[in-house]
Amino acid sequence: MRVNVIVNGATRTVDDVWEGESLLYVLRERMGLPGSKNACEQGECGSCTVYLDGVPVCSCLVAAGQAEGRDVRTVEGLAPDRDGLDPVQRAFLEAGAVQCGFCTPGLIVQSHDLLERVPEPSDAEIREALAGNLCRCTGYEKILDAVRLAARRKAGAE
Amino acid sequence: MDFLRPLTWADALAAKAAHPGATPIQGGTDVMVEINFDARRPEALLDLTSVPELTEHETLEDGTLRVGAGVPYARLIADLGDRLPGLAQAARTVGSPQIRNRGTAGGNLGAASPAGDCHPPLLASDAVVEAESSARGTRLIPAAEFYLGVKRNALEPDELIRAIRTAPASGPQYFSKIGTRNAMVIAVCSFAIALHPGERRVGTGVGSAAPTPRRATAAEEYLSGELDWDGRGPLPDPVARRFGELVREAAAPIDDVRGTADYRRHALAVLARRTLAWAWNDHRATREEAS
Repeated sequence: MRVNVIVNGATRTVDDVWEGESLLYVLRERMGLPGSKNACEQGECGSCTVYLDGVPVCSCLVAAGQAEGRDVRTVEGLAPDRDGLDPVQRAFLEAGAVQCGFCTPGLIVQSHDLLERVPEPSDAEIREALAGNLCRCTGYEKILDAVRLAARRKAGAE
Repeated sequence: MDFLRPLTWADALAAKAAHPGATPIQGGTDVMVEINFDARRPEALLDLTSVPELTEHETLEDGTLRVGAGVPYARLIADLGDRLPGLAQAARTVGSPQIRNRGTAGGNLGAASPAGDCHPPLLASDAVVEAESSARGTRLIPAAEFYLGVKRNALEPDELIRAIRTAPASGPQYFSKIGTRNAMVIAVCSFAIALHPGERRVGTGVGSAAPTPRRATAAEEYLSGELDWDGRGPLPDPVARRFGELVREAAAPIDDVRGTADYRRHALAVLARRTLAWAWNDHRATREEAS
């Protein structure tokens, strides 16, 4: 089937999509957007988190056809331009929150959403927001540091 | 595989009538897992996320809340947490933020897993499932009659779940669940209690401890008669303990990867006593005229 999705602001059309295919597969394999990672395929790990109509979801659990006509924003669409970085991305780099990097895109999208909704989150709020994103390097402390740093930056404190 | 994408409720019912083998998909948090792992290959997917009626909730003339089957957990918590506290507490324990943004109580009912988190509070609050088919119209199925077996429910092949109907809480409601961590946990076992002080009645729901979610009827009847509804006295320890025992006896758990039957029985008695204490303390704290 044909699926039309607005991805990072541009309408994309893909053909020959299998009806049982996930949005994640379409993004990675048909649109060449490999930022969203494919790990558990059951919504456990959060590595495939994208915005769907402004709400973060696991793209592995969205059927491709369910994204028809909808607005998808992936980790590739967070930065203002091709060479720039979103404050959350920069904070992850500077805080050493990236180890193997596989969980990072999902964590960045989820953290981005948290800071849009809650500009000054408590540690408990950060932990709750990231509860569905697994880091198997177990680098959680640095990830929490990164979210705190991004929050401070966005608030203009630094 | 066909992909059916109705834009109205009437079209969704027509599609289900024409394709009774189609699998309805809402948040995809169960259906897509099965497809991703090749555990199931439905003949068609019936995508309900573009049916606007399903994402609405309203209060009917008699005060009953009618909650669309496609309202995601995140909105159950945000929009209805004050009126359906038991269901909202259960919704808060589902998966992760991403899952709660997508998953729905309607999907929980459709999947009818004995471990589904919505079932115990729906049972405890006497919720009714509103099913509909294009051929026969609306059918109201009490939650207690909806679950027929492991992942089997009372829906006919041409029916879809339109909404959940339930009265706003008239007293304290609590849900509690056993798992290995706070997030991303399928219940080892779970329990919900609802006090209905106006009727001097207690509702319960037991999850993940029998082939279907079920009420602990003997426990409800015992406790309804023992509680000092008007005097609001302290909860006698023997009453709480007996209530826990009766809840435990209502369960018929199995040993599986998440826990043993013995542990589930033990934990249910603890959950029952604990949630009762929370609920009774809330009831005691309310003024008599408020009830």
